[in-house]
Amino acid sequence: MNPRGIVAVLVLAALVWASASFLRLDASGIFSLEALGAFGRYIVSFFPPDTSGPFLVKLWTGTLETLAISALATLLAALGGMLIALPAAGRFGALAKYAARLLLNALRSIPELVFAAIMVIAAGLGPFAGTLALALHTTGVLGRLFAEALENTPREPAEALLHAGSPRVAAFFYGTLPNVLPQCVAYSLYRWEINIRMAAVLGFVGAGGLGQMLHVSLSLFHQQQASAVIAAMLAVVIVVDEASALVRRRMGA
Amino acid sequence: MRLSAPALAARDPAALPRLALAALALLALWPGLRLTEFNPAVLLDPANAVPMGRFLAQFLPPALTPEFLLLVGRATLETLAIATVGTAAAFAIAFPLSLVTTASLSLSSIGPARDWRLYRLLRYPARLLLVLLRGIPELVWALLFVRAVGLGATAGVLALAITYGGMLGKVYAEIYESSATRPARALLEAGAGRLQAVFYGVLPQALPEMVSYTVYRWECAVRASVIMGFVGAGGLGQQLELSMRMLAGAEACTILVVFLLLVLLADALSALLRRWLA
Repeated sequence: MNPRGIVAVLVLAALVWASASFLRLDASGIFSLEALGAFGRYIVSFFPPDTSGPFLVKLWTGTLETLAISALATLLAALGGMLIALPAAGRFGALAKYAARLLLNALRSIPELVFAAIMVIAAGLGPFAGTLALALHTTGVLGRLFAEALENTPREPAEALLHAGSPRVAAFFYGTLPNVLPQCVAYSLYRWEINIRMAAVLGFVGAGGLGQMLHVSLSLFHQQQASAVIAAMLAVVIVVDEASALVRRRMGA
Repeated sequence: MRLSAPALAARDPAALPRLALAALALLALWPGLRLTEFNPAVLLDPANAVPMGRFLAQFLPPALTPEFLLLVGRATLETLAIATVGTAAAFAIAFPLSLVTTASLSLSSIGPARDWRLYRLLRYPARLLLVLLRGIPELVWALLFVRAVGLGATAGVLALAITYGGMLGKVYAEIYESSATRPARALLEAGAGRLQAVFYGVLPQALPEMVSYTVYRWECAVRASVIMGFVGAGGLGQQLELSMRMLAGAEACTILVVFLLLVLLADALSALLRRWLA
């Protein structure tokens, strides 16, 4: 090991120790027999998961709601992102460019869950708040990616159309958009995958979907329903993971 | 520019199929709109718009009283501490699991070894454990731990340790698999034990990448620990949730600004560390 490595390890150990003592973490309390016993009983209370018919129907609805929230939010974000990406790529002057970039950065750096907490105030409890929250954050992410795609696409096709007398809007739709569209669609699908996972947990602040079901059942101490909801979340995540891996392999990426 | 449909079709032969596709997509969207209770009108409903307007109007000026700033400062330190201890604990979970799950370090794939069936049997549950740990989002773990150990930082640390343990374990195993296995194999074939082979054959090559990824994960952990605060797992997020619940816009604004600065700082620090260690 080189001296830099040794210094790094020592500094790290000191930081971890300082952090743990700042938090007053009580390892012996957490891992005491009594605490472990209580924890064990808590875990056991989650089994068996509730698989009664009516609850499974609710679970299915919750899963569909989660999928719908993520899909609609991604679609809204793709449209909004494209709208903001045009000025952000510098197509309407320098001032509009910086304003649009600032807006995109602000949207991107505020986490979905914070937006969700705000949107619950603005739109009331329920899936619509979750959709808006996810859409706002994703607009920031996609807008930036779209703007980069627009900046990097060749200008010649659109310019050729303009020189041939085409209006600017038509030149954009037939000269620029076909070049960037595949990339934009790929980015949007990738974000959708992330948003499905996010939509499943956004409900903790009251924004609908599986998350809200989990929060409610844990608050009412219905652990067996909670474990069924967690299993559904896990299933959604695994299915989405596998499906996206399959699509990627098929597309040879 | 406005064109009637036939005129458009005359100029663009692909227009009609495209319009049909768009109509089909809109049709498919309908159930989604129903399921998400999509209704922008509720935003303008006075029952929502008035409290929201009041909340946003309070954002300026942000709350800057000394006692509130002290509270936020403490919460920020708590968030950083949760991320640091959580990542360290995640490493402690991930490192042994990554060694167990790496197939290229298996003795049985080299030649006759004692107990190889036992080791192979060990590998599958370890992999399953890693999938379970990282498959359940950290926010869910946080919610569960808040119920089990109470509100506060402990729940956040445990949730981070578990989820990030699963992620780090998987990535470490991938790093071992992708780095050259020759040195480790040579050591194993010369009769070294598995641990010796790991420490002298694998780690020297894999370490820089592992450290870099772990530092990056710490950066993510800072963000995650703020978010987990929303379900009661301590730190800045818990403060933010309290302020929002009381519709205290000025406090929420201060905390949001501090959060953005914190993320920028963690970003810069992690980039600096990774360059220094490279």
